[in-house]
Amino acid sequence: MADEKQFCTFYLDNLFFGVEVLTVQEVFRYQEMTTAPLAPPVVKGLINLRGQIITAIDLRKRLELPERPEGKLPMNVVVRTSDGVVSLLVDEIGDVLEAPAEAFERSPDTVNGVTRELIKGVYKLKDSLLLILDTEKASQVETGSARESET
Amino acid sequence: MGEKTNTENHASGTDRPKAPDMTPDSIKESGADSSDSDGMDSIIGEFLVESYENLDQLDLHLVDLEKTPTDKKLLSSIFRTIHTIKGTCGFLGFSKLESIAHVGENLLSKLRDGELLLNAEITNGLLAMVDAIRQILNSIETSRNEGDMVYTALVETLTRLNQGEKASVPAPVVAKPSAPAEQPAAAVPSPASAPAPVAEEKPAEPATLEDMLPARKEDRRTGTRDAEFLTEHSDRRAGADRRNEGGRGVAETSIRVDVNLLDKLMNLVGELVLARNQILQYSPAERDSTFVASAQTLNLITTELQEGVMKTRMQPIGNVWDKFPRVVRDLAQACGKQVRLEMEGKETELDKTLIEAIKDPLTHIVRNSVDHGIELPDKRLEKGKPTEGRLLLRAFHEGGQVNIEITDDGGGIDPERVKAKALEKNLISRDQASRMSDREVVNLIFLPGFSTAEKVTNVSGRGVGMDVVKTNIEKIGGTVDIQGLPGVGTTLKVKIPLTLAIIPALIVTCGGNRYAIPQVSLLELVRLDGEEAKTRVEMIQGTPVYRLRGNLLPLVYLDRELKTKRTESDDSAINIVVLQADDRQFGLVVEGISDTEEIVVKPLSKQLKGITAYAGSTIMGDGKVALILDVMGLAQRARVVREGRERAGLDQGQKAREAAGDMQTLLVLGIGDSRMAIPLSMVARLEEFKQSELERSGDQDMVQYRGEIMPLIYLNKTFRPGESVTQSDPMQAVVYTDGGRSVGLVVDRILDIVEEQIKVKRSAKRSGVLGTIVVQGRVTDMIDVEGIIRSSDPTFFDRAATAVALEAR
Repeated sequence: MADEKQFCTFYLDNLFFGVEVLTVQEVFRYQEMTTAPLAPPVVKGLINLRGQIITAIDLRKRLELPERPEGKLPMNVVVRTSDGVVSLLVDEIGDVLEAPAEAFERSPDTVNGVTRELIKGVYKLKDSLLLILDTEKASQVETGSARESET
Repeated sequence: MGEKTNTENHASGTDRPKAPDMTPDSIKESGADSSDSDGMDSIIGEFLVESYENLDQLDLHLVDLEKTPTDKKLLSSIFRTIHTIKGTCGFLGFSKLESIAHVGENLLSKLRDGELLLNAEITNGLLAMVDAIRQILNSIETSRNEGDMVYTALVETLTRLNQGEKASVPAPVVAKPSAPAEQPAAAVPSPASAPAPVAEEKPAEPATLEDMLPARKEDRRTGTRDAEFLTEHSDRRAGADRRNEGGRGVAETSIRVDVNLLDKLMNLVGELVLARNQILQYSPAERDSTFVASAQTLNLITTELQEGVMKTRMQPIGNVWDKFPRVVRDLAQACGKQVRLEMEGKETELDKTLIEAIKDPLTHIVRNSVDHGIELPDKRLEKGKPTEGRLLLRAFHEGGQVNIEITDDGGGIDPERVKAKALEKNLISRDQASRMSDREVVNLIFLPGFSTAEKVTNVSGRGVGMDVVKTNIEKIGGTVDIQGLPGVGTTLKVKIPLTLAIIPALIVTCGGNRYAIPQVSLLELVRLDGEEAKTRVEMIQGTPVYRLRGNLLPLVYLDRELKTKRTESDDSAINIVVLQADDRQFGLVVEGISDTEEIVVKPLSKQLKGITAYAGSTIMGDGKVALILDVMGLAQRARVVREGRERAGLDQGQKAREAAGDMQTLLVLGIGDSRMAIPLSMVARLEEFKQSELERSGDQDMVQYRGEIMPLIYLNKTFRPGESVTQSDPMQAVVYTDGGRSVGLVVDRILDIVEEQIKVKRSAKRSGVLGTIVVQGRVTDMIDVEGIIRSSDPTFFDRAATAVALEAR
């Protein structure tokens, strides 16, 4: 592992998250989107990103955090995954940080629920903890079975 | 994600003809310095590309030549091609290739000079030579040497043919990979590394229809291995040659472009269109005239660019067809049949990806037609048909789709045998079998499991059942239908969309979102206003239905299917989009109907792929995303289309009436208080004209219509002569066109378009009326359109005929 890694950081319900900067394609402001009925609830809608149609995933819902307060518009963090480009909806964008490798630690066993599955690990920064999101897993949304149980 | 695949493709695209794996020994011998090998490589690359193109032509020419063996022009052209290949490989030092081309050339020169007459054997020999040359070229391309095959047997056969002797065996394509005896100094491979002869491959299981079609001689297969191998071989190799097909014959004016690059361009143009649309929105508000003018220019250029880029992806269907003459010839010879292949509409263009996709299904259908459709010559004579069977390929554009028809005049498909087979395989029940029409029965051959083959063995046609043909065509949004009469022939109709990328679609709204419905499945639109909206939708045990011209149309509410909330509105009208799913119709109730638009289809993201209600997504003119509805998926979700093959009684009734054959679509008109009808097939257009547009010439009223002068005939005057009648403003006119001339029949009201079974109840006593029928339970007069026109202008039809004659000249 390289000594220092760069992370694009963002906030979700007062939690501090990061994704590797190299997987991030771009970040942009809230844009109106087309809802996709019948899609799993975490899929917020579809966005036209310069001719490419991308799916927006509500990270709060994905991480089973409380709903975003009314009137607060999310930001889009567009990440490249093996299944294509996906936009992650977050509360606010932070800085791009460099984190030293020795500050990394796997998430403690006591962290439970979805968060544990979707978090690769934690960087212990000076004044906060940076949770590293597994973008591959976060963008995987079950449609097949989820849909059938819904109907 | 897109970039990654692109780079890979670029890499594989460029290393093909140029990058050397090793320097061929032969080149070194012919004096080329190793430092000069780059130059040599590009020469070889060009030689390969040129030769592949020439060989493709050669296949066609040889088959043509067989029909007209004395055609000097063809012969010279073939001779020249072989001569060029021989000359170039002599220069490049490909001695093996040269020796084969040399004997071929000798043979051809005798043919050209009339010393020998072309017969089937010589053609076989020459075709085998073309294959051998191709094989060597392939080997040069992949490994930069002539390969380990030895072609002594072929050379001998050709020499024997050259001396005018009869060849004892059909020319073998590949000689045994024995020790290379006469190879002078080329790389000598160890025998162990020599590739196994391809001819060893066993042909797969006999194709599918065999059992139910007129039997043929059992022993045919064994006796004709070689010829069969020829076709199979050419099929297999077709994949390798494919990339060379693009610029046939026009090498100087065309270049090869990576399709991925075109796709990328296409996307960019789509983006440009959206950007243009946004700019145009500002344009009217802008006072700056320079800006407005620039915006206009941008608009025009964008449109042209869009069309241009679309065109780059279109290719004539002839690219696929060009290999059929050879396939048909070889197969016909192998079966001992005589088949004449005719092609119409070779120049019909369709998208590159579709061309690729229909290649295999079409090949299969063509092979099936020759193999199982067309009978043996003596059998044909018995039935009073000419010994030579006819296989017709037709392609044409119709309604935004490409239609391809494959017609043979062979034995046809016997419905009874198909039925028996389907029963034996438990694909249908006895009950169903007894109720099915012949046409339905024949279409059973598309059912999976009907094929006798165990599994798909290779794509060249062997062992691939008709169900695979059907699935492959349906995969690209097409349909297949088979029709035929036992003893007379079979026609397969394939309909495929022009392009996969852009389709016409109806835009509807529901729950504040827009959705696109592909126009292919759209039948009609029905709007129920006010009172009608409350009363016309009836319920059968909680299932809403609508009576559409006497038939029950099950209704599906889009908002309920998608589980969205209906947007509140005062508009209580019901919009029904009548759709076709499989062979069922249903009405999709939507909140609003916008316009039809050409939409660019984009695939669904992984997260949405599992939802059967959607077929894809698209970007609308304003830059927003809209989902494309999957009509079939919706129908299944709403259980309109049931699993299994049981049909509802409604459909059966309709089918029965259709089968009765008298169904006709009529335009129902109101003239005065009477109802009259015109067959819709006679109506070119329905138009409205204002009284102010009227002009007079003599006592004839006319209007200017599409740059021509169109006379008007007032039907209310015609049917009530003497009475004073007034014309409404605007006037409704039915335009009738014949031979480039039009006439407008002015009517009082246009009432409806109905599909009815015509039973003339009473023949007419009045002039201008053909007869009286009952339509929608009311008495309706059938108008004698031609009679009325003739009585108003006796020369109309003559002149129409002259107009056609003039145009034809």
